[in-house]
Amino acid sequence: MNMANSQPGSMMTNTLGKAASQQMSREVTVSAQDVKVYYGDTQAIKGINLDIYRNEVIAFIGPSGCGKSTFLRVLNRMNDTIDGCRVEGKVTLDGEDIYDKSLDVVLLRARVGMVFQKPNPFPKSIFENIAYGPRLHGLASSKTDLEGIVESSLKRAGLWNEVKDRLDQPGTGLSGGQQQRLCIARTIAVSPEMILMDEPCSALDPIATAKVEELISELSREYTIAIVTHSMQQAARVSHRTAYFHLGDLIEVNATDKVFTQPEHELTEAYITGRFG
Amino acid sequence: MTNWMLVAVLLGVMAVAYHLGLTRSRVMARAGNARRAAMHSRPGYYGALVALWCGLPAFLVFAVWNIAEPSLIRNAVVTMLSSEAGTMTSQQVGIAMQRIESIASGFGVAGDVTPVEAAAAAEMARLQAIGFYTKIALVMAIVLGGLVFAYRRIKPDFRARNHVEQIVRIAMFLASGVAILTTVGIVLSMVSETLRFFSFVSPLDFFFGTVWDPRFSTTGAAGGGYGILPLLSGTLLVSVVAMTVAVPVGLMTAIFLAEYATPRFRSIAKPVIEVLAGIPTIVYGVFALIVVGPFFSSVGAAIGLEIRATSALTAGFVMGIMLIPFISSLSDDIITQVPRSLRDASMGLGATRSETIRRVVLPAALPGVVGAVLLAASRAIGETMIVVLAAGNSPVLQGNPFEAVSTVTVTIVNQLTGDQDFASPQSLVAFALGLTLFVITLGLNVVALYIVRKYREQYD
Ligand SMILES: Nc1ncnc2c1ncn2[C@@H]1O[C@H](COP(=O)(O)OP(=O)(O)OP(=O)(O)O)[C@@H](O)[C@H]1O
Ligand SMILES: [Mg+2]
Repeated sequence: MNMANSQPGSMMTNTLGKAASQQMSREVTVSAQDVKVYYGDTQAIKGINLDIYRNEVIAFIGPSGCGKSTFLRVLNRMNDTIDGCRVEGKVTLDGEDIYDKSLDVVLLRARVGMVFQKPNPFPKSIFENIAYGPRLHGLASSKTDLEGIVESSLKRAGLWNEVKDRLDQPGTGLSGGQQQRLCIARTIAVSPEMILMDEPCSALDPIATAKVEELISELSREYTIAIVTHSMQQAARVSHRTAYFHLGDLIEVNATDKVFTQPEHELTEAYITGRFG
Repeated sequence: MTNWMLVAVLLGVMAVAYHLGLTRSRVMARAGNARRAAMHSRPGYYGALVALWCGLPAFLVFAVWNIAEPSLIRNAVVTMLSSEAGTMTSQQVGIAMQRIESIASGFGVAGDVTPVEAAAAAEMARLQAIGFYTKIALVMAIVLGGLVFAYRRIKPDFRARNHVEQIVRIAMFLASGVAILTTVGIVLSMVSETLRFFSFVSPLDFFFGTVWDPRFSTTGAAGGGYGILPLLSGTLLVSVVAMTVAVPVGLMTAIFLAEYATPRFRSIAKPVIEVLAGIPTIVYGVFALIVVGPFFSSVGAAIGLEIRATSALTAGFVMGIMLIPFISSLSDDIITQVPRSLRDASMGLGATRSETIRRVVLPAALPGVVGAVLLAASRAIGETMIVVLAAGNSPVLQGNPFEAVSTVTVTIVNQLTGDQDFASPQSLVAFALGLTLFVITLGLNVVALYIVRKYREQYD
């Protein structure tokens, strides 16, 4: 673990990939050690070790059913909500064991936010959607405060100009791409350190996808992002590092351009050249 | 041969007709040349069409005939009777006709049969026999006509399938028409009886009167007070108590089952709770009267409250228990239908389970839950057996749930049981009460629909 080797995370530049590959010695945010996940008797994750650095975008790729979503959910303990799901091993966030008994799951999920595959705005107004998290955690001391949080979250999600005149209208009335950005805004409204995204663009059209990808690049200046994707182009566009999963194992993790140009493992090569997946 | 035998024969003929149509279309399909060998529809449709053509018109004529025949014959006999025995009052005619019908059908009557009666009965029997044979002949002719007509229409390009579809559609339409007409009929008859009641008692006295005391009179006069308010207040009191018990318990049960219970517990608990819904209300009533009432009364005595054994509280409490499964199983279904993605979103933002339920799941399930509650409320208002036994039957305008009350339903029962003249205001008032109840429950349902729709507009 290169925990000690910390350096301020602001070294990220806007030119992705290339810069990131030179910055392997940055501060570790999340560290997974020998993580195993079981659904009842079947094992979905077979002992994964992975460090995620501050302010990087890491992409999880791999064939369907290989455990990408499962591993992602390990990181904010969303697996707890699934009946019969059991996690073994150790996961730390900023050095703190997130599976420790004394840890408050509720606070963990505020620190590690999640964006889902299908946009899932609450059946409430746009304003209420964003205000939901801050209200839960008492982040706003007054109404103006709350309005400020809503506005800045929507701005950072690039949605403000589109919705500023209709904040009182239902979030479910937005287009799919807008809904997904609303969900991202909702997540960043609670000021997480890290955002987990599970195929955030798979229900969107190419233009909406481009917008969300642009947003991800923007957000990586402030947040650590782990994103599951089935699109290798998307992984190449938005991520600094890419991790390849295969049947519950982590096969390879490396700088994104390296994974896509000179994969170390033959399974990775087979996958990215389209021989299976 | 009776009517039932005729029906059986008709059904048999239809079966044969089906088979004929089936066979003919098959033969035709085989005989067709290679290019357009296929029939438009599958053989079964041709069979069905022939059977329907054969049976449906015949059944219709049969039904109409059966409805019309008795009154035609009766008219003929009455005419004959009055020409022979001179004019009679309508009551006399009714009595005479009953005797004649009994004689004609061979049952026999008490006392001696007069020659006039015997003649009339013979005439009636003769007419009935003629009618019956004509009917058989007519029905059979129609059956054959339909059979031949449909059979000859079977051609490769005849669209039997579409025709059958048409007939099915019309049948569905007629069936729904029956349901609607029945409802309209019931409402209309209630309205007309209510209007008759209002010719005895003014609507003002009925709707705003605070005294309920309809004295029974043999003269058909409307003595005493017919104010509905004491009854409505009783109904309201009992329903409020019932809903106070049923809504919180039912809702919490539903939430527990839907969100917290393990699948195993749920699979045991749900049926057990639903058994509550299957208990006949008279059993609840007996339970209220014998167990709950005395219990409340003694608890009241222990804490210095005067609680009657039969009271709004007793009836309402037991009714509330009866309504729990109603609310819980409906709400449970609705809550489990709220998509998992919404729960995930909330949990993913760091909400606890109960926060998620309170802020996301329940609001999303609200229209359904409101519907369930209003449904339960209209059941509470219309519930009869429990209140008959346990509410105490004391139609006095007051608001104390510890006292005996009477409800609209109980009063309807009281007004109609016993030896009654159904034209007296004392009985007719039951229709006015029933109509009022009906309007109230209808209003509840309309409000429920309105809430649901409004909510949908906002959130869909
Ligand atoms: N709730 C669950 N209960 C039981 N098994 C599950 C559950 N969720 C996932 N699994 C199993 O765990 C394995 C990994 O699933 P996971 O959803 O993590 O795959 P994935 O890589 O995200 O696939 P995809 O790309 O299709 O989303 C699969 O074999 C799946 O069947
Ligand atoms: Mg997945």
